[in-house]
Amino acid sequence: MIPSPSLSPSKGERSTTKKRSLFFLLSPARGRGWERGLLALLLAVVALPALAVEPAEMLPDPALEARARTISRELRCVVCQNQSVDDSAADVAHDIRRAVRERLVAGDSDQQVLDWMVARYGDYVLMKPPFERGTLVLWLGAPLVLLVGAAGLALAARRRRSAPIAPAPLSDVETARLDLILRDAALRAAPQDEALSKKPHPEERPQDASRRVGNG
Amino acid sequence: MKTNRLLFLLPLLMLAILAGFFGWSLLAGRDPQSIGSPLVGRAAPHLAAPSLREGQPPLDDALLHTGKPVLVNFFASWCAPCLAEHPLMSRLAQREGVTIIGVAWKNKPDEARAWLARLGDPFKAVGYDLEGRMALDWGLSGVPETFLIDGQGIVRLHVRAPIGEQDLDRLLPLLKAGLGSGS
Repeated sequence: MIPSPSLSPSKGERSTTKKRSLFFLLSPARGRGWERGLLALLLAVVALPALAVEPAEMLPDPALEARARTISRELRCVVCQNQSVDDSAADVAHDIRRAVRERLVAGDSDQQVLDWMVARYGDYVLMKPPFERGTLVLWLGAPLVLLVGAAGLALAARRRRSAPIAPAPLSDVETARLDLILRDAALRAAPQDEALSKKPHPEERPQDASRRVGNG
Repeated sequence: MKTNRLLFLLPLLMLAILAGFFGWSLLAGRDPQSIGSPLVGRAAPHLAAPSLREGQPPLDDALLHTGKPVLVNFFASWCAPCLAEHPLMSRLAQREGVTIIGVAWKNKPDEARAWLARLGDPFKAVGYDLEGRMALDWGLSGVPETFLIDGQGIVRLHVRAPIGEQDLDRLLPLLKAGLGSGS
């Protein structure tokens, strides 16, 4: 269809209206509620992670499909080390997803499917390595370091509490001097208290108030 | 309060442990990306693929149980490393008399056939696995990958890389003398 020039706006016109509306959406102070909501929705859709699982791969049975998704999340893609089979768009990951679903349809349990994969690709294919003698350090290393550190801290804290540093008692000279200082201070404080208890001059009050408003 | 001065050595100790680990990783040739192969030492998975050569019977397990060691090579016409290892495959087949079974992985049969016609066909039998179903049974992660199957049908080697000159030292003894002996 060829658009008639009289009805459709020129290219330049169209782009400026688009720009204006976009700026309007982006300015947080001006945007109305629904417009900001729309922007948030748009950003949310754009930010959605691309799903690797293609619709054609999914099983019609939602329960089986859910199990397949769980299993694929536990399987590591063999060509992209830090992605699960569920996340990866690699060809092999696609094949593995298909094989997982085929085995589930054939009646395998979740564990049987995982074992089937391990028999072909080894422990490498598991996102969580198994708890074995060879992986003890991997599993227990970090908690062990944490425990040792916590124990060390607790020990240090207890040692500090059991031997508190008591200040040395004052000598006679110091006691006499302290008394003198305290008495002096008490004498000086007494007339000041009297001055403070006096009511301020009535003319000072509004001046104070206006200054406060001007500053604030 | 007195602090245990030995505590100041703790960061140094951590550094030494880390440096030791990194040094060992570098020098011992540890490859964290290596998948390894659980198939080595076990019976070879089933070989079942339609033949790439028109009019020939499909690949089956009988090819792996001839009493002679064989190589099973997964390749594809779209794979550059396969092109790189092809001359060595041809040499093994022609000069060393090695039996090689080829499987074209995720490769249109026409294209695989054209590739072999252009470069030469080193395979005793060659099939294709268009959807990669059989390859999954073999624990394939990509192409090229090569398996050495001994005369009894046991997997002896699994090379997840193009075969090069450096691999001949471990391949040839197994292929020639190792009629079923352990690796």
